[in-house]
Amino acid sequence: MNIHEFLATPSEAARREGPHAKIVMSSRVRLARNVKGAAFPGWAKKAERIKTLEVIRPAVEALPQMSDSFSEKMDNLTLLDKNILVERHLISREHAAKNAGSGLVVNRDETLCVMINEEDHLRVQALRPGLQLKQAWQAIDGVDSRLEKRLDYAFSPELGYLTACPTNLGTGIRVSAMLHLPGLVLHEQINQIIQAVNKLGLAVRGLYGEGTEALGNVFQVSNQMTLGEAELDIVERLNKVVLQIMEHEENARGTLLEKKPKTVYNHIGRAYGILANAHSISSKETMNLLSLMRLGVDLVLFPDLDRALVDELFVVTQPNHLQKRYSDKLTAEERDLLRADMLRERLRGVSRPRPKPVAAGSTEKSGS
Amino acid sequence: MLCCICKEKEAKVHLTQIVGDKMQKVDLCEGCAAQKGVNDPAGFSLADLLLGLGASQEMEQASGGELRCPTCGFTQADFKKAGRLGCSECYHTFSEGLEGLLKTMHKGTKHIGKVPHTQQQARELSEKLKSLQKKLDKAVADENFEQAAQMRDEIKQTREKISDLSTS
Repeated sequence: MNIHEFLATPSEAARREGPHAKIVMSSRVRLARNVKGAAFPGWAKKAERIKTLEVIRPAVEALPQMSDSFSEKMDNLTLLDKNILVERHLISREHAAKNAGSGLVVNRDETLCVMINEEDHLRVQALRPGLQLKQAWQAIDGVDSRLEKRLDYAFSPELGYLTACPTNLGTGIRVSAMLHLPGLVLHEQINQIIQAVNKLGLAVRGLYGEGTEALGNVFQVSNQMTLGEAELDIVERLNKVVLQIMEHEENARGTLLEKKPKTVYNHIGRAYGILANAHSISSKETMNLLSLMRLGVDLVLFPDLDRALVDELFVVTQPNHLQKRYSDKLTAEERDLLRADMLRERLRGVSRPRPKPVAAGSTEKSGS
Repeated sequence: MLCCICKEKEAKVHLTQIVGDKMQKVDLCEGCAAQKGVNDPAGFSLADLLLGLGASQEMEQASGGELRCPTCGFTQADFKKAGRLGCSECYHTFSEGLEGLLKTMHKGTKHIGKVPHTQQQARELSEKLKSLQKKLDKAVADENFEQAAQMRDEIKQTREKISDLSTS
């Protein structure tokens, strides 16, 4: 079975429900682990990496959580396959660049994904829709405890789990939440929030993690420090910060609607106008406009549009998903045409936004 | 003031980051700042930058020359280039230079949190061994030979458990 047959379709994936999904798109906890006596992947020679992969992969495959899983060596995946996995947020860009000596194991419902020989021997990730950081930590803690029975981890009582990069040393944990914050961006408060979050020793990054742009008003908030603080404390601290950011986002939306409702409706109406009618559109513009439509769904301006459709379009309009669907020899210009065709087609059944929000239960009245 | 990365051009970007009670300052020229992604405040962390910078300098100062990991052959020059270490033994080899870096990067310098189960058992057993040894010494000093014999047996059992752990 190839990776595309294994993975859920973007439409199925977008329908996974989680708490606070309006603002928190997904939660993730990853652990960095290395085995004793082998050089880290970035320094090991190819033969040594292949040997480590052969030790680690069976141990990961044997996990009960991986009983129904997809497992492959990175050199058996095409560049397009790997880039699709990046666009699905299952692997990092760094891992997509790997070949012989690296591997990937992902379970059926895509809640557990293990990268082998990325920056560390093991990068174990637990993924959940919505805000479920604690659940993700509990799941990954269980997986890790099983793995350590079969793998001899590099660990020091003083420094904790030893990682290739000293920034991950100690717990090796990175807890992150992907947040959709159009209100804070429109209200021009986002930089203040980012600065405040940075002061707490937490990082704010773009859509695809380290060093990427915050396309579509999507931000990743994660811990930076891994040494000197227990895992559960880190999880709880981040959870608290995410709840606060959610509150700020809600407040920003409220203030905007109260003080500048026309500006908000204008943005959303124009976003709809372009997405539903364009004949050529870039990936970046698509993401930014889809973000505004997602806001429109939250504000009940699109009674017949499901948030899941917007979230699906976020994924299927990405360059590599388009190439997979049509042809991998598309130029950027050709992709822009096909992307616009797809958007017009998918948004055909969506009527234009209401001039103001539809109150719950008053759908019939507002039509008159 | 010269850029602290290339040490050639005039530093025009000055950064200060305060995490907890620790303050870090970095001065960069425009070229190096752009290269390190400093103009993007959202994606930038001083710790990431210092990683390729302060650490290798500290390592050099600490070792007084070229240090090489006996296990994997990794040197501090490699660390300067990659910002990552060669193997888990490197933490031992470069421990002196890394200490200052870890202080600026993390909340503490001692691990708090999960410990692998086998390590946890080993740790508990070795602590038990120490306390038994003390009790034995005391029993001998007090000429309480009955207790001493009991301690001796318990020490023997604990040692066996420890050797079982390391062989399994």
